[in-house]
Amino acid sequence: MKLKTALMLTSGAVMTASMAHADAHMANSMTLVSWGGAYQASQVNAYSAPYQAMHEGLEVIWDESSAEAVARLRAMNEAGNITWDLVDVVAADAMRLCDEGLAMEIDHDEVLAPAPDGTPASEDFGDLIVSDCFIPQIVYSTTFGYRTDVEAWGGNTPDDICDVFDLETFPGQRSLERRPIGNMEWALMCSGVAQEDVYDVLETEEGIAQAFAMLDTIADSTVWWTAGADTPQLLADGEVVFGSTYNGRLFSLIEEQDQPVAMMWDAQVFDLDGWIIPEGLPEDRLARVLDFVRFATDTQRLADQAAYISYGPGRASSAPLVGQHAELGIDMAPHMPTDPANATRTFLFNYEWWADYRDDMDARFQAWLSQ
Amino acid sequence: MTDNTAQTPAGPVLAADGRPLKASLNRALRAQKIRALLLIAPLLLFILITFILPIADMLFRSVENQIVRETLPRTVAAMEAWENHEEAPGEDVYAGLYIDLFEAAEFRRHTRVGSRLNYEMTGISSLFRQAGRGVGRFDTDLYTDQFTDLDTAWADYATWTGLMGDSAIRAALPETADSFDTWVRITIEANDDDPAEENIEDFVYFSLYRDLAGNGYSGSNALLSTAAEAVSSFDSLSIRDQFEELDEDWLNPELMETIWVYSPSYTPGYFLTAIDMQLSADGITAQPEDRQIYVTLFGRTLFMSLVIMGSCVLLGYPIAFLLANLPMRISNVLMILVLLPFWTSLLVRTSAWKVLLQQQGVINDILVWIGMVPDDARLQLINNQTGTIIAMTHILLPFMILPLYSVMQTIPPSYVRAAKSLGATDWTAFWRVYFPQSIPGIGAGCILVFILAIGYYITPELVGGRTGTFISNRIAYHISSSLNWGLAAALGSILLGVVLILYWIYDRIVGIDNVKLG
Repeated sequence: MKLKTALMLTSGAVMTASMAHADAHMANSMTLVSWGGAYQASQVNAYSAPYQAMHEGLEVIWDESSAEAVARLRAMNEAGNITWDLVDVVAADAMRLCDEGLAMEIDHDEVLAPAPDGTPASEDFGDLIVSDCFIPQIVYSTTFGYRTDVEAWGGNTPDDICDVFDLETFPGQRSLERRPIGNMEWALMCSGVAQEDVYDVLETEEGIAQAFAMLDTIADSTVWWTAGADTPQLLADGEVVFGSTYNGRLFSLIEEQDQPVAMMWDAQVFDLDGWIIPEGLPEDRLARVLDFVRFATDTQRLADQAAYISYGPGRASSAPLVGQHAELGIDMAPHMPTDPANATRTFLFNYEWWADYRDDMDARFQAWLSQ
Repeated sequence: MTDNTAQTPAGPVLAADGRPLKASLNRALRAQKIRALLLIAPLLLFILITFILPIADMLFRSVENQIVRETLPRTVAAMEAWENHEEAPGEDVYAGLYIDLFEAAEFRRHTRVGSRLNYEMTGISSLFRQAGRGVGRFDTDLYTDQFTDLDTAWADYATWTGLMGDSAIRAALPETADSFDTWVRITIEANDDDPAEENIEDFVYFSLYRDLAGNGYSGSNALLSTAAEAVSSFDSLSIRDQFEELDEDWLNPELMETIWVYSPSYTPGYFLTAIDMQLSADGITAQPEDRQIYVTLFGRTLFMSLVIMGSCVLLGYPIAFLLANLPMRISNVLMILVLLPFWTSLLVRTSAWKVLLQQQGVINDILVWIGMVPDDARLQLINNQTGTIIAMTHILLPFMILPLYSVMQTIPPSYVRAAKSLGATDWTAFWRVYFPQSIPGIGAGCILVFILAIGYYITPELVGGRTGTFISNRIAYHISSSLNWGLAAALGSILLGVVLILYWIYDRIVGIDNVKLG
């Protein structure tokens, strides 16, 4: 702890000092962990490439292990050898890492840059700081894409979450994620439960039975995915006509790969993604990471990232700066999950509730699946 | 030999250098043994470190449960006196819980034990997280104020170190001594502060009050004697009520029972969960039906591995037979065809099967084109058991063909010719003469394929869908997603046990000597 306080002080001092002076204290290499694919590419373009341009001789190593970050960090902690410097995780994982003492608690106002108008970081990020360890980057959502060329639909297009469960109007295979989060909420909403009551009802046995009964109606026409790339592939192949996945994946399927697919934003589930700093980094590496993270999460950098992928920047002050796609030249704002036209009815992933019910609900969900 | 010689009355036989032959021989042999041991030492160490130790660690994790006792030691100790488990325990348990949680929260360990217990009872995770902040805001400053009002010396760190340096006083005030030590430890280790400059936390005064009000004080220390007299007129509070105010679930007997049931350092709980049972207040019971999954998955894993093994024998035997009996020129080409997929990445092969088998895939397209299947009822060949069996049979086929081939190559063709010359039909010659000689190859292939199949992970995950996944997929889930490593270890141990039992049965029925890899 003493070390950490000292480090915070040093790094604070370092930030105000000149860059050349700062570099002397910092490691010349850092390992960043992310999800790979288009998302990691957007981080490279918006964060690490400009940062490397400013710091000659800095080596940046990317590791595509975010999906198992919690397990890996726990193993590293047990082995006493932390090899990662900065890890991109979803908010739920950040909370778990913070809970387990595997991620470093930070003072957001001290570590992160204020907005250009001087608003402190904690206000600029606002409610997105869901944990003391979490440095938000983006808001993304789990939402639906559907094929626009299904003849059997007779010209109808789905615009309501319950159309997922309507096999008569919208026949064909669906794809849903192989976990309860999201699916249970949607199933309940479409069996007549009001959105604000969903979690209260899910706490009861009847509520759970009701949700599974709703899922039963489409279980035989559903492919269950585990990787975010599955649904776009299945939609492109025509294997499914309707499927859930992350909105950025659908954006690249529709706009970049030009497939006959459209978005259905109704009842999208918002989630957050951001950085955590592993607990127990040596001094020089920590100094380097703090310097990088301050740069990579400032207002301009977060807005820059949105030029490469359609996820909403975590800072309020970045939103007006979101411009056009770097290659396609189209306006990115209408493709953001947070755009008012898209966000008419939304869910925010209920972290607290799922932290408690995840183990139990998952056991039931898997048992239901394998029947 | 040497023994007999040594027993002769003439005394021990001597070697050339005058020492007993027996000792001399032993010495020479020992040097040889050490040399042999040193030769295999690298391999032995390698196996020990990369194989035996991890397995031992895994077996250990499946029963290990020290976290509850280590994080909540006072609570668990106080629970020994909890009699009526139908009702929430009394003040003492909550007093212990208060200090345990305070300490754990300072060291940021409370949420870990919360997640551990949440596996057993939903909701504990958030209770512990919330309590981590909550216990710091309990109204126990009531005692702090009253003691310091009585004598300002109580706020002084020097007073405390003086008192706690005296072993008689420590013995008279056991809870206080423990709390004070805990506070010093928290201040130094968790907060990195100097205890002399910090205000002593409320929970130390709380313990002091409990000691003095509970046992009184009969020693000679004036400060303590005054305090002991004064405490009877102190305002007091119930720590149990404080917990109730924090969240009424803390008084739920079921919650406290869960802590109690999982308080031993070793638990069968993970193994019970792994066979769809649970350890609860009423002893060992079955899981509710809508949560039973592992027995089904074990059964399915075994059944599907057997089916895959069977398909491999059926498909592999003729190929191996051809390979072994065709002229070298042709069989070499065939061999390459067998080995080529073997050298291709597993993921590539699995993904290829996805492209072939899906409803809009190559096979369905062909079937629709030749009119065998109507366009609106395409076959479901993937994301179910069929998909897993097809893909895994293909992937594991070389493991069947190669041992079969090498055994068949050693079967002299003259035996079959001899059988035929003695009047046997082709079939009889094959079935009575050739086939029995190839059985060791079948045995080796079956063991290889079955044991590989039973632990397969990536292919079922990608093509298994709802009904084609294996137990290994759940193990992977618990390792990387739910972080329930204890359960993952228990499932893994059971899988290991099943494999060993099957191996033993195989040995009893077929005999492991009958297995040949070539």
